[in-house]
Amino acid sequence: MSNLQHPALSEIFNRDEARVNWHDDTLWWIRAKRDKAAHGISEWELLRETASQIKNNVLSNLHQYLLEFEKNALANGIKVHWAADAAEHNKIVHGLLAGKGITQMVKSKSMLTEECHLNEYLERNGIDVIDSDLGERIVQLAKEPPSHIVLPCIHKKKEEIGQIFHENLGTEAGVSDPQVLTETARIHLRETFLTRKSALTGVNFAVAETGEFVVCTNEGNADMGAHLADIHIACMGIEKLIPKKKHLGVFLRLLTRSATGQPITTYSSHFKKPRKGQEMHIVLVDNGRSVQLGRESFRNSLKCIRCGACMNTCPVYRRSGGHSYHNAIAGPIGAILAPNLDMKAYSDLPFASTLCGSCTNVCPVKIDIHDQLYKWRQVIVQEGNSPAAKTMAMKVMSFTLASPTRFKLAGKIGRWTLKNAGFTVNNGLNPWYKHREMPEPPKESFSEWYKKNNP
Amino acid sequence: MRVGLFVPCYVDQFYPNAAIATLKLLRKLGVDVYYPEKQTCCGQPMANSGYEHLTKDCDRLFIDNFSEFDYIVSPSGSCVLHVKDHLHDDQKEQQATHIRKRVYELVEFLTDILKVDKITASFPHKVGLHQSCHGQRGLHLSSMTELVDTPFSKPMQLLNQVEGLEIIELTRPDECCGFGGTFCVAEEAVSAKMGKDRVEDHLMNGAEYITAADMSCLMHMEGILKRKNSKVKVLHIAEILNAEKEVVSE
Repeated sequence: MSNLQHPALSEIFNRDEARVNWHDDTLWWIRAKRDKAAHGISEWELLRETASQIKNNVLSNLHQYLLEFEKNALANGIKVHWAADAAEHNKIVHGLLAGKGITQMVKSKSMLTEECHLNEYLERNGIDVIDSDLGERIVQLAKEPPSHIVLPCIHKKKEEIGQIFHENLGTEAGVSDPQVLTETARIHLRETFLTRKSALTGVNFAVAETGEFVVCTNEGNADMGAHLADIHIACMGIEKLIPKKKHLGVFLRLLTRSATGQPITTYSSHFKKPRKGQEMHIVLVDNGRSVQLGRESFRNSLKCIRCGACMNTCPVYRRSGGHSYHNAIAGPIGAILAPNLDMKAYSDLPFASTLCGSCTNVCPVKIDIHDQLYKWRQVIVQEGNSPAAKTMAMKVMSFTLASPTRFKLAGKIGRWTLKNAGFTVNNGLNPWYKHREMPEPPKESFSEWYKKNNP
Repeated sequence: MRVGLFVPCYVDQFYPNAAIATLKLLRKLGVDVYYPEKQTCCGQPMANSGYEHLTKDCDRLFIDNFSEFDYIVSPSGSCVLHVKDHLHDDQKEQQATHIRKRVYELVEFLTDILKVDKITASFPHKVGLHQSCHGQRGLHLSSMTELVDTPFSKPMQLLNQVEGLEIIELTRPDECCGFGGTFCVAEEAVSAKMGKDRVEDHLMNGAEYITAADMSCLMHMEGILKRKNSKVKVLHIAEILNAEKEVVSE
């Protein structure tokens, strides 16, 4: 990907306004479905609060729950691996495959492996990976990263998908009927499922009490992969734990209603032990999570269950597209997770928001997303990741506003300039002016009026 | 009850009518209201840009101007929210706390403190109400479409008392206008598109005026309306609540 940051990438995205409208409408439709589903449950807010408290408990006792989970998983016959970072995670997965001489793997949706860039790593090491989630398969064929954590190819129109299928899967040119395309993908993936000896899945929830994990999909692709493979590798961030099986009910009710407005995922599959002759592995990955856990202001971002509701509701995301966030996880949640991984590279993301707060309101586990965006801005500036010109401008502003005399003088000059020398601001150098007129300067400020009228 | 009128910096400089209407409306309702003339800004433009550490002088000035009042009232949800959430001073924390607890946005001051149930104003026009995010989601001026909650709206409660006024329905009743302080220039492309879309919703649904409890959103939408040469105007909610029959005879 390029080194462009969010404002530049959004500007490019916005050059085709009709497409922005289409993208915005599509995601708004999903947000509306989410609203309908949420409003259908009178105890919705109680559910959110409960989920939030359960996750708070997990984060406060993570060490203990991880050990409990490991113990129970081992007892179930699952092999448990620990990875400190992305590199170690990739190495572990590769080692498991290479050890068995496997060169082909089928993978269902896992944002963690996107975060770790596992596909690229395995490809470089001679292992062919096929993504089995339909949306992920489409972006994989298009050689693009997912633009959304739940809807990976939401940025693609069906005609474009038809073209990708034509080029890669041999459908007729010009075919864009979703039914035909889905059937083509189904046949193609069935062949994949039958021939792959290894399957990798993500993990939505890992239950400490039982040592099992739950994978949620709508397509059943995780099950198809895992049930047919000799070796099942499940990769999860260490924050995916829940204490007890009974807590699942809270999260499964929230997850898909928040994500797409469905009552529940079509498949919520429990994996507890390998079937006879199969190997089952779990890779527990930190990759910056324990650092985030140590950041008091940002630790509760680890409550995230990856529903994507904050993206669908975000007026910025809908009008800038997932790729404008140049990170595996886009949108508001991506903007509070990414700076933890690389503050300099992602210093633009916490500023890609108006702080409207809609993300916080839809979040099923009540992460205070917009407050964390505000807090990240402070940290980014404090740690020297802000442009020097901006810092200078802010210092001038602060100096001016600290004194009533300077403020009144600056205001007078500003209004005079607008009235008498409008060309100095009404030009291409002023980003406001590109699509908006400047306010008309009044003949007097309020304080001037007040002086005259209230002697 | 002594009330200090806090007029946000850009309202003072560019939208004095919103502040004048606020002052007159409060006086009409019998409030003992004062305007401390040495006020400037709440510091939000710096803080939201990541420079909260540069707002200490603004905070001190704000405290010196307003700590003597029983209530501090302002025609801006966004600035009030900033004060409520972020006003602190190592040496004057007690006064800062007093202000944080006693600062009110105009609409909520009218509905919650004065409990106004009869407004003598007339505004025979079709009006679109823009729900400014900080007022709505920050100060809870109205219920929010994301939450499962009993619907309410403090601005609507007041606007419904205005004679002749017709509120139009919006397709997206509480989507952000895209102003966002320095966001409007730093993220120009998305900001302008958000503004255009918000304005379009009001136009499509027949608004003659767009109103809000925050002038900054209205300033943004006004810039877009003017660029379109639209006849639709923006007015701060105080100007509508203070509108008398003869004034709006045009």
